[in-house]
Amino acid sequence: MFRKIRIILAVLFFAGVTSLLLDFTGALHGWLGWMAKIQFLPAVMAANFVTIAALCLLTILFGRVYCSVICPLGVYQDAVSWLSSRRKGKRARFRPKKELKWLRYGVWVLFVAALVAGVQVFVALLAPYSAWGRIVDSIFAPAVKGFNNLLALLDQRIGTYNVYPREVWLKSLPALLVAVVTLILVTVLAWRGGRTWCNDVCPVGTTLGFLSRFSMFRPSVDYSKCRECLACERKCKASCIDIKAARIDYSRCVDCFDCLDSCKAGALKYRFAWKKAVTAGGEEPSGTGDGGRRAFLIGSAILAGETVVRSQEKKVDGGFAAIAAKKAPKRDVPVTPFGSSGVRDFYRRCTACQLCVAACPNNVLRPSSDLSRLMQPEMSYEKGWCRPECTRCSQVCPSGAIKPVSVEEKTDYHVGTARVNRELCIVETDGVSCGNCARKCPRGAIRMVPVNPDDPESLRRPAVVEERCIGCGACENLCPARPFSAITVNGREEHIIKD
Amino acid sequence: MEDKITRRAFLKSAAAGAVAAGALSCGRAAAGSSGEGPGEMETRVNHVSGDKVSLLGYGCMRWPMIKDASGKDVIDQEKVNGMVDYAMAHGINYYDTSPAYLQGQSERAAGIALSRYPRESYYIATKLSNFGNPSPEASIKMYRDSFGELRTEYFDYYLLHAIGGGGREAFERRYVNNGIMEFLYAEKAAGRIRNLGFSFHGNKDSFDYFMSLHDNGTYHWDFCQIEMNYVDWTHADGKRNVNADYLYAELVKRNIPIVVMEPLLGGRLANVPANIATRLKTLEPDRSAAWWAFRFVGSWPGVLCILSGMTSMDPLKENVETFGHFKPMDDKELALMEEMAVLMKEYPMVNCTSCKYCMPCPYGIDIPGIFHHYNRSVTDGTFVTDSSTENYRKLRRAFLLGYDRAVPPERQADHCISCGTCLSHCPQSIPIPGELARINRYVEKLKQGKI
Repeated sequence: MFRKIRIILAVLFFAGVTSLLLDFTGALHGWLGWMAKIQFLPAVMAANFVTIAALCLLTILFGRVYCSVICPLGVYQDAVSWLSSRRKGKRARFRPKKELKWLRYGVWVLFVAALVAGVQVFVALLAPYSAWGRIVDSIFAPAVKGFNNLLALLDQRIGTYNVYPREVWLKSLPALLVAVVTLILVTVLAWRGGRTWCNDVCPVGTTLGFLSRFSMFRPSVDYSKCRECLACERKCKASCIDIKAARIDYSRCVDCFDCLDSCKAGALKYRFAWKKAVTAGGEEPSGTGDGGRRAFLIGSAILAGETVVRSQEKKVDGGFAAIAAKKAPKRDVPVTPFGSSGVRDFYRRCTACQLCVAACPNNVLRPSSDLSRLMQPEMSYEKGWCRPECTRCSQVCPSGAIKPVSVEEKTDYHVGTARVNRELCIVETDGVSCGNCARKCPRGAIRMVPVNPDDPESLRRPAVVEERCIGCGACENLCPARPFSAITVNGREEHIIKD
Repeated sequence: MEDKITRRAFLKSAAAGAVAAGALSCGRAAAGSSGEGPGEMETRVNHVSGDKVSLLGYGCMRWPMIKDASGKDVIDQEKVNGMVDYAMAHGINYYDTSPAYLQGQSERAAGIALSRYPRESYYIATKLSNFGNPSPEASIKMYRDSFGELRTEYFDYYLLHAIGGGGREAFERRYVNNGIMEFLYAEKAAGRIRNLGFSFHGNKDSFDYFMSLHDNGTYHWDFCQIEMNYVDWTHADGKRNVNADYLYAELVKRNIPIVVMEPLLGGRLANVPANIATRLKTLEPDRSAAWWAFRFVGSWPGVLCILSGMTSMDPLKENVETFGHFKPMDDKELALMEEMAVLMKEYPMVNCTSCKYCMPCPYGIDIPGIFHHYNRSVTDGTFVTDSSTENYRKLRRAFLLGYDRAVPPERQADHCISCGTCLSHCPQSIPIPGELARINRYVEKLKQGKI
């Protein structure tokens, strides 16, 4: 019964969080946004004490049910492990393993140190929700968008107006590669050893393990009834039951309840068993996962070194003047979303879960390829600009890196400043009149001034009134100079609210 | 007043002729647009040259294009031949083209299709489209090339292409200062041009100027091609173009035969807004909006020929039927058309006829595509001006989604830099950058939810 409830809830949470990450329409966030906000690391980053306290209480009461129900990466591993168990001769494939203390706590210490030091790349690599976020956004979202585009095509064929096509583009090659490696590793580990990742690596799991050791309700064995058939051991994905040593390692137990159903003697029950603390122990571990983990870390480090990103070039047909695709300029300071309080704070709080990247309807947000903030989002305006009516990223961010902004407030934020590169501006290179940036600026922050200050009749070139500019990128996106725009936005270290 | 009397006499004679021929004996019962069959093509006589011209002329500016092996747009000659065969078989004998049409391919396609018929069985009208380079050499070369393209020794009708826009100054630059007028009159004397005239797009002052040239004997216009339809009749904007009733009266006064272009305003009078369509359908449930528009123009006796740029067999057949059973409008119907024109003017459409003279825009904007989508949404009633409109959200989505479908984002109006290159090319004198900006403001309002 417990197992069934666990599975139902797990499926609901998994489907909910994954749908959130896949939902490019923004329609689900009103309903399911809380599912992202109760993820552990985002709640910590958002300093959401109520959620943290609730999760801690949940764990102290019932054990690591978070890992079996709320964490999407955990549920994914359970699904893989379940498939693996359906193979012939693999139905009872687990054996008790010793807790790999040095690894668990080593990773945990490094993780906390990275968190404190602000080395978010490391944090994002290991945090389970971030890992799942990048897997979904980089690998599954394009497929969903492709399907959406098929529907859009159908919609167009039958002449109705229901489905917007969504551009599928490579937002960041490093992020994609990291996501692919993460997915392969987690899948292989789960296929071979069940919850290896959660036992030995996952820092969130280790954190909750501190509490679950003392959980009030827990599976416990009534040795008077136990016939030592070891069926429970062999069903335990966390490899934390050791009947011979009469020990269950509750710091690793994720309360999946698979063991309960396996016990035919009625010796194993989920019951109130506080203060009967049981420490870890057991037999010789088989050692799976360790090599894989090392390979994973090394692989990721190699990936991190590669920073080639290129958006797909688009072909145009004959009847029109060819248009070269825009290329991203080099920005001294990255532009971070409206609602983030500044570059430093944003990148310290962001868990790189990709929820905002998935939600951005204007193709502005993408995972960064810069090593110092790898996979964390940044803004760029080759495909669109940060439109005034959209505040979606600020609504979805679970970690408080982007605080909610209203449409009215948005145009008062100053996240970056445009700068004109006279060498690229067509007014100067081609000697034609333009002024598109000035006309399209939603803040009226661009003034057209004579190229020759002594001749008021000469052509006019744009000049940015820095105090009025907010950094939305309309000018950069709509600049006719290609592939590099003649007016580009540079981020502000500290975002200010204008009055 | 004068021309009204003329029209009355004309109506009377038309009725008499119809009774004699028995062609108009069909009443409402047989009024289905596909029920009557082609009938016999209405013709008009050019009292200057004596040419017997079909009232429906073939405009060769909108022929179908296909992609050739290398991906280039080329005219679908097979279809063109088929349509010309049908047109010739049903009495259409006036073919209007230009060296500039369809990326320069229209004349050759017309030449291929028409040269399969005896030369005297059709009239060719082509133009001196020397917009780009008005030098004497380039202009004369353009003129001479047209003979080869059209496979002919002479032109029945030759036009100074689209004068009036730049006023007197542009006219003199293109035709006078370079000696082209003298050259053309010499060609006319040599018999290689049978009728010399001009096509007009411009304001009243420049038209008056061209008429004064005729009056004072500087030049003699054998015919004149004007934009005429029930909207432009008395509702031209006055700044950039002239009411067609004025042009018509001035030309009739001088006995100059009139060829009509844009009788359907580039198709906009064939696809009219819902309330206009309902009014017209109430009266004639089986007649199309185009039927009314063509009949309006044909009801004026000074009109020699009405050009229609028929892209496919379907409008061709429909138009052949309209002009095969041609029935001029009575005064009541003319008044109705005026009423429709007033309704039409209430819609904020762009006066674009999709002639594509403005293309390609150097910055890649799909100008006609944007205007077409915008006009279509106005016509279809998907244009919203108020968020309290029923189905507002649905209509908003239809406009924005339809916009993205019709025009790729990087070719949309927000990318127009207002360089103005297109302005001098537009025969409708549409302030293109301004109109694009207007449409973009509408799009922005929709996107920002400020409507």
